[in-house]
Amino acid sequence: MNSRLINWFKFSSPASFYPLAGKMVPVFTLIAVMLIGVGLYMSFFVAPTDYKQGEGYRIIFVHVPAAWLSMFIYLVMAFWAALGLVFNTRLSGMMASSLAPTGAMFTFIALWTGAFWGKPMWGTWWVWDARLTSELILLFLYLGFIALQGAIDDSRRSDRAGALLILVGVVNIPIIHYSVKWWNTLHQGASVSVTQGSSMSSIMLWTMLIMALGFWAYAIAVALSRVRSIILERERDTTWVSELAEVRR
Amino acid sequence: MKARHKRLGFVLAGLVGLGLATWLVMNALENNLSYFFSPTEVAGNKAPKDHVFRLGGLVQPGSLQRGQELTIRFTVTDNAHNVNVAYTGILPDLFQEGQGVIAQGRMGADGVFVADEVLAKHDENYMPPEVADALQKSHNAATGAN
Repeated sequence: MNSRLINWFKFSSPASFYPLAGKMVPVFTLIAVMLIGVGLYMSFFVAPTDYKQGEGYRIIFVHVPAAWLSMFIYLVMAFWAALGLVFNTRLSGMMASSLAPTGAMFTFIALWTGAFWGKPMWGTWWVWDARLTSELILLFLYLGFIALQGAIDDSRRSDRAGALLILVGVVNIPIIHYSVKWWNTLHQGASVSVTQGSSMSSIMLWTMLIMALGFWAYAIAVALSRVRSIILERERDTTWVSELAEVRR
Repeated sequence: MKARHKRLGFVLAGLVGLGLATWLVMNALENNLSYFFSPTEVAGNKAPKDHVFRLGGLVQPGSLQRGQELTIRFTVTDNAHNVNVAYTGILPDLFQEGQGVIAQGRMGADGVFVADEVLAKHDENYMPPEVADALQKSHNAATGAN
């Protein structure tokens, strides 16, 4: 096993990940700005009016990508949480903490835009059906994780406690995803599925995918720049931090 | 067996256990997690008779009657059974014949479901009007309707 192409363990050290993250942030910021710009233009000016919902349907170009990201970011956090518990790497916990606020934001956006769409289309802002309720629980999981980490001063212990919470909550993700299949819900079924293709016209689908990729790049850029702050905060007493150009200045 | 293998085992076993527990809870709750009852379930006496429940299905085309004093009557169907509904109030934008609907209320003695709230259920189809027209035309051609 000496002939590994990339030594992944090298980047589990905050000292070597910090500059790498610094190089990746501008790249993903650029990707995010471009994709979200194109996506918003397509959302408003290119995508056609829906045959039944009129113009109001355009909110899905924000709603669906935000909902996807809210679940995807949680899975990535669960991955880091498990990695941190198993390998005891410091960086894993920092990655999980850096993703949480972005995940919570996307969950909130999904719920908020959903309510805005629901009022004119369904006739109600909110109902307690399985899809909406499980997405609300996801928001509480994010907020609970942030609060739990904030409540424990020792960073290694707060990482472990947070990782446990994240891993326990991961059962919620398949529930959110399959809720519209398993039970009768007011929320409609999935318009896009890996196995069955899409029930949207292709230009609408493309707009949504571009927005989703833009949100994804945004999430990476924000999480990486946040993890850089966390690294500096937690490693502030080390030599390598005191030797950084931006710290000495 | 290194310490990290042991920890990996703990994490995996924990996840499997949690998944199993969740699956059992979901199975036990099954119908209670459904947001509405279908007309077939109502016909099979699965819906509560003495208190409020939600009824979901499609508005049967041709069944909508706007009666006197703002009361609207329509039939909810799942293409197997029908339930007649009476509702007094404002309907949401997407309410149409042939469209999904969820009504909350209780069964009257005469077998008419008296709703106090009606929500439109949207389906997962999104398309421009021209595509919808074309689909409708080809559907009509296939079924031999006008």
